Amino acid sequence: MKYLKTYADKCIGCGKCMEKCASTYFKENNENFSRIKVSVMGGLPNINVCNQCGACINVCPVEALYRDKNGVVRLDNKKCTSCLMCVGFCPTASMFFDADAQPQPFKCIACGLCATACPTGALELQNS
Amino acid sequence: MDKMNILKEWSYERTPIDKGYVRKNLHVNVGTPAIEIRDISQDTIDKFTGGRGFDLHLLWKAVTEDTKWNDPENEIVISGGPLCGITQYPGTGKCYAAFISPLSDQTYDSNSGGYFGPLLKFSGFDAIEIQGKSEKDVIVFIDGDQGKIQVLESPFTDINAYTVTEALHEYFAKDEADKINISVVAAGKAAESTRWGCLNMSFYDPRRKVARLKQAGRGGGGTILRDKKIIALVVKYSNVTGTENHPVDLRTLQKVGVKIHKEIHDLDDKQCSMRSVGTAHLNEIMDEYHLLPVHNYKFGQSPHIDKIHSSVYKKHFTQGMADGCWYGCSMACAKAVDKFEIQTGPCKGHVVTVDGPEYETVASLGSNVGVFDPKWTIEANFYADHYGVDTISLGTGFAFVCECYELGLISKEHTNGLELNFGAAADLMELIHRMAEGKDEFALAVGQGIKRMKSIFADKYGADKNVMEKIGMEGQGVETSEYVPKESVAQWGGYYLTLKGPQHDEAWLIFMDMVNKQLPTFEDKADALHYFPVFRTWFSLTGLCKLPWNDVEPADNSYRYRPQDAAKVPEHVQNYVDVFNAVTGKNVTKEDLILQSERVYNFQRVFNVRMKKGNAEHTIPMRAMGPVFPDEWDARKEYYDGKLKEFGFNPEGMPTEEKIAKLYEKRWGQWLELKKAVYKRRGWNAKGIPTVKKLKELGMDYPEVVAVVEKYSRPEDELE
Repeated sequence: MKYLKTYADKCIGCGKCMEKCASTYFKENNENFSRIKVSVMGGLPNINVCNQCGACINVCPVEALYRDKNGVVRLDNKKCTSCLMCVGFCPTASMFFDADAQPQPFKCIACGLCATACPTGALELQNS
Repeated sequence: MDKMNILKEWSYERTPIDKGYVRKNLHVNVGTPAIEIRDISQDTIDKFTGGRGFDLHLLWKAVTEDTKWNDPENEIVISGGPLCGITQYPGTGKCYAAFISPLSDQTYDSNSGGYFGPLLKFSGFDAIEIQGKSEKDVIVFIDGDQGKIQVLESPFTDINAYTVTEALHEYFAKDEADKINISVVAAGKAAESTRWGCLNMSFYDPRRKVARLKQAGRGGGGTILRDKKIIALVVKYSNVTGTENHPVDLRTLQKVGVKIHKEIHDLDDKQCSMRSVGTAHLNEIMDEYHLLPVHNYKFGQSPHIDKIHSSVYKKHFTQGMADGCWYGCSMACAKAVDKFEIQTGPCKGHVVTVDGPEYETVASLGSNVGVFDPKWTIEANFYADHYGVDTISLGTGFAFVCECYELGLISKEHTNGLELNFGAAADLMELIHRMAEGKDEFALAVGQGIKRMKSIFADKYGADKNVMEKIGMEGQGVETSEYVPKESVAQWGGYYLTLKGPQHDEAWLIFMDMVNKQLPTFEDKADALHYFPVFRTWFSLTGLCKLPWNDVEPADNSYRYRPQDAAKVPEHVQNYVDVFNAVTGKNVTKEDLILQSERVYNFQRVFNVRMKKGNAEHTIPMRAMGPVFPDEWDARKEYYDGKLKEFGFNPEGMPTEEKIAKLYEKRWGQWLELKKAVYKRRGWNAKGIPTVKKLKELGMDYPEVVAVVEKYSRPEDELE
């Protein structure tokens, strides 16, 4: 299963990962559109990104969420009815939404582009 | 299935939805057949909001005060409302059906989940009016994808709901994936022979790969559908998105929706367990507070409660499924029993998915008839849906029959061999089958409902009418739903001071009143019997389900507000304000929600006054107010003796019959006082007729509405 492994202790909060993600998938450098969120919690960097656990799959009423051949949880935007139940039921709050981006929610698909953009090695694409 | 014969076909151009409204309704006359697409005016939107409001507005124009339920001009009007079909908030797929009821001979409105309401609106219609009577069995098909309406000749010999619904999903879908784009409204055989016919409304479950049935159960809508010779209404609309309603503020919808999805995720297991057992979580709670109807509401508790405990039902319900009856319903209370093998009747041996049972069915076709066997209840639930008959009416009606049988008011001779004691599972199931067959005279009598059964049993079988009046749990011709109201004066009003009869969608005040003692005076009770029925009306105007309002509450709800306010769940009320404004672009407040509702509530009351020619009476059976027989008293002797003492009587040495009579006399006085306080609070006169002043305040002083009020109001009935 491909997933993004995070090392918060290496994160410097530069936001390059969010910039890369949002610019790639929504063609706009807007961190609200990023599928990975970096914030500061209790003075420490916090990286929130999907761990591909799949808890959202059974919540979806139209089976728009599925696991692909690499084990990555994907959302079929055409099937999705934008109900956002998956957002509310994500155990790690890693399913994101923003009406200005699209009605459907969005999540990390373990493409690894953010890891290549990270200057400190705080993100790593893994296959386990 | 062979290709169906098209009797008539029309094309139309689909009008897109703007801010929750299409501003069009579809009028179908199945007699002619003919259709007309009519505009919905701004005034109608402003005054009637949508859903049940539109239904009643259209129905008013369609009928006269002399219209009977089976006259061609009676309509079934179905409408969702401006919020119907949004996906971001739970419980937003409801539609409301209104008609002149075969049970009460006045307006009834009944709601259902399933996809019919949303798909109808997406197909270009805020409402559908069905009028006329067809000569032969027909299917009405609305194709929102193609902009096409067809009246088709029915090929069905088995017209029962599961058969028809599954076949029509198959027939109108291109492939398996397309089945979710279809919804079917169907009734069944028992809807033809009883007044309890329900409207089954479907949605397709892609995981189970079966059509699921939700019901606008109450009031006899299915009976009218079959009287019009309609086998099914079908709507198709594909590729539903989350923005079909074209809301003005998707950002707010998303924010409020995610907030409550998280709330349900975090709190449902600790609060109502709707996601795992649905409303059946109430079984043991109702029993604990003497509210579970047992043996025709004689008792509120049973020693057999463990057999129908929610934990037992949980094992029957398949867990972990996305059980919403519309997209986005994270409350997911539409539980289902899968791989259930039917033991009796025409489907014997079939392995099926059964929708439910919900609490109401667990109690009606369970404890109330003295059967504490979940498998029997599940099968009875299946056949009730399949035959198109309402489970609540059926169970409460059967409970009345069982008590009549045990009292010797009717005998085996009358029942054509059935031994209908409480708990007579096999014979009660046989009675359900006989009702669907429509030939057995006794089964046909039962299907007329308690109000008419009382007359039939008295006239034909010589049964004591006086006793039946005391124990028959109906009001306005409608069977009482499944809570024992005896010990809550406020709930007497919650059931019997309602627009359409004793159902539970207006006010459920038992805990506030009886348990938490938050309504000590008649004025407090009247306030609650003003606010809650009116507030709950709002769900029916907008296309919402009531459950996400208070079957999950914010974690801080109970200590953030004083108890009387906490019962209103203020944060969720604000959610509804936000959602309404986000969809429609209006700027309403929570007070405006009450105004919107009060307009329609009073309009419906005047409508009923019109249909009853001034005599829209509120009545209550003795059983609803306390014990009728000594065994009921003795089951809670200490409690009832205490109640007698509160009225200043000394129960020591008093015969139980006398105790019952004295308590009833006092409680009857309370009922009259309650009725007066409630009518006054609602702005009605002593006959329960809204005053012209009230109508003017609400902006509902349409000349034809005022004319009805003036026709039947007398100066001596004024309460102010």
